Amino acid sequence: MSVYTTKFGSLNDFTKGDIDVIDLVNDNPKHYAFSNVFEVASKSRPWEKVAVGKNMEYVLEAIRAEGTSEWRTCAHDEFPLCMDGEVTVELVQPDEAHVAADKSGSVAIDGDPAGQPMGRITLRRGHMALLPANAAYRFHADQPSVILLQTILGDDTVERWADICLR
Amino acid sequence: MTTTESAQNTNEGIIASEPNHEGYREYTLGHFHFRRDEYFAYVTWPTGDHTLSIDDFLRAMQRDVAWDFFYGTVNFDAVVGTINHYGTVDLFAGTFNEIYRKAERDYLENFESSVIRETFKAMLDDWTIDGFDPFASPAETDKPFGVKAGSNTEAVTRRRVAAHRMVGVPGDEQIRTDATHPINRMFADVAQDEPEVHAEPGFEDRVVAFNLFAYLSRSNVTWNPSVVSVCKDSLYCPTTEEYILPIIHGNDRVEWFVQLSDEIRWVVEDRETGVLRSKVTMRAGDVAAMPGDIRHQGYSPKRSMLLVWENASSELPELIRTGKAPVYPVEF
Repeated sequence: MSVYTTKFGSLNDFTKGDIDVIDLVNDNPKHYAFSNVFEVASKSRPWEKVAVGKNMEYVLEAIRAEGTSEWRTCAHDEFPLCMDGEVTVELVQPDEAHVAADKSGSVAIDGDPAGQPMGRITLRRGHMALLPANAAYRFHADQPSVILLQTILGDDTVERWADICLR
Repeated sequence: MTTTESAQNTNEGIIASEPNHEGYREYTLGHFHFRRDEYFAYVTWPTGDHTLSIDDFLRAMQRDVAWDFFYGTVNFDAVVGTINHYGTVDLFAGTFNEIYRKAERDYLENFESSVIRETFKAMLDDWTIDGFDPFASPAETDKPFGVKAGSNTEAVTRRRVAAHRMVGVPGDEQIRTDATHPINRMFADVAQDEPEVHAEPGFEDRVVAFNLFAYLSRSNVTWNPSVVSVCKDSLYCPTTEEYILPIIHGNDRVEWFVQLSDEIRWVVEDRETGVLRSKVTMRAGDVAAMPGDIRHQGYSPKRSMLLVWENASSELPELIRTGKAPVYPVEF
């Protein structure tokens, strides 16, 4: 019986794929915005929210989790997927709203939010969480880890496509 | 062929024959006609005909039915397929094949979605024999060949999983367990630990997490995106892939892939002509867009986890068609 090994990536062990353009007249690697979340996170500052996917207003952000993040909140749900390492999420129900209801993407909160503790989640590779709308949250990672965040383009989303994509 | 409308199906507009020599019904949809025998599906239209392996045909038909014609174009192969207009559906032959078009042998007919949906569902059910599961990898199912021998209605009518907020949220889609979803043989090494969740009283429905990789390791289907999280029109639709994507998907919007594990090789062609554009190899951690003017087919040598990321906005196809939205994801 065959034994199969599932190959996941990590900050320290990833092998990026490639694009072989055959139709050099009509196609271009830039059309695919091809990057790798581990490569992006390996070159990012802690908690930098680097877009690796964008579809109109929606984005996927690759985040290097290292140390403790600032507190943030968002008017809509967001979903972090831990791609490598271990990340703890702390959630608070703020006493007052920190973000306008029609604001897209998350915003930073100055200091610690006053409010009711909601709970805590520890994510390891492959784990996905709900960051519920209007909750305050912060992440913590003892060791460099990687989050892929499903969210909407916000003021703190970093777009540096030319640096991260195959060309 | 003796064409009759089955009494029980008259209300759905299905036109089916009595069982033919091999035991299968034949179907008429507008000016298209569908027939199968032991090995092949035969499609005819006023200006031509086409033959497909019944294996390939049923696998493609299964996706088209289960996805309710999906986003954009579902090419069964280089000749036959459907275009979703979200309310009506085009059934075509040769429309996206340059040679057929030059020879003026291409043909397209538009149907109310309900009419083509019910006909396809009936055909899929009648033509799928006992033991064959069109959603399974070829290594995990019996063969579809031979004369009519039973059916597999349970397999071809699976409920499509679609979370409203996120898998694991109370009242939403729930995580998979051994009771219903054993771990797939190719994912036996995938960790099954769940996140540590400590919710304060009263917040149990908002402090939620689940192991997506474990969830995917228990998928019993291939090439079948299902929604696990929803951020307005942003849908995470992960899927497990093994062997070959049974359709060639023609995009009507930009679609994104995140390769979560292992490797998939994509063949990317011009959507209109089928001319090869590029080959894209994606490995764990890679992220890539499929532009809005291409069609693509994937090859996965080992069962892999692919996160398909969709923007489900109903306005996108028209925005792209009229040039108000780009076919490429970003400019740089």
